[in-house]
Amino acid sequence: MVAQNIAFAFIASIVALSAVRTVTTRNIVHAALYLVAVLAGLGALYVMLTAEFVATTQFLVYIGAVMVLFLFGIMLTRAPLGHLDDLTGKQWPVALGVATALAAVLVYALVDAFHAAELPRNPVIYRTADVGDSVFSTYLIPFEAVSVLLLAALIGAVVLARKD
Amino acid sequence: MLVNQFLILGAVLFCTGVYGVLARRNAVMVLMSIELMLNAVNINLLTFGLMVGSISGQVFALFIIAIAAAEVGVGLALVLLIYRNRSNIDVEELDLMHG
Repeated sequence: MVAQNIAFAFIASIVALSAVRTVTTRNIVHAALYLVAVLAGLGALYVMLTAEFVATTQFLVYIGAVMVLFLFGIMLTRAPLGHLDDLTGKQWPVALGVATALAAVLVYALVDAFHAAELPRNPVIYRTADVGDSVFSTYLIPFEAVSVLLLAALIGAVVLARKD
Repeated sequence: MLVNQFLILGAVLFCTGVYGVLARRNAVMVLMSIELMLNAVNINLLTFGLMVGSISGQVFALFIIAIAAAEVGVGLALVLLIYRNRSNIDVEELDLMHG
């Protein structure tokens, strides 16, 4: 239990710091790389939460595909590389206030609702096979809907981005 | 491990994403902040799934990952379209519908 908590504290601090740097850094490519650190740390936390298949998908889809898309987006819009001073708007103090107020409300609600609730010591472990079974039986219709959604997104992206 | 340590990390990530969406001017950075918010939701789903011993948390997390991928695809296509029409992607200049 102690080792788990030390591992959690280590990974969570990396995730939180990288997330803050993602939204505050002045370099667009650095923001993308900090986002990689956030996503990888979250993948490690998913393993701690016994979700091995979600962790694998996180690494493959997010760090693989989504980050490549982001880097393409950065380069295709010819973002000036290097330090930029106009990445954050004048409204940042208001945004900080809103985010802090939201964080205060959320943390208060969470502490109030689950103050010392523990995760089960010996949880039911669902392996990849169980996830597959569930997706293709109980959640078959949502799964097909997601397939149609991905197709629609693919066609939509092609239609939007093509030159005509 | 406490339930709350994961939930509070999720809340902090979500609020970081909210700050990024509100404060950033570059449209690609806004999309990155939205990814932070979607991941915060995922960690909540997995924590609750483990807490009640249900597999639904993991399945819904997978659905959210799929939807996030679709969102990034369409979002970046929109950003490219905006860049092609206006030669920059500063969200503060997108005030066409401003009254």
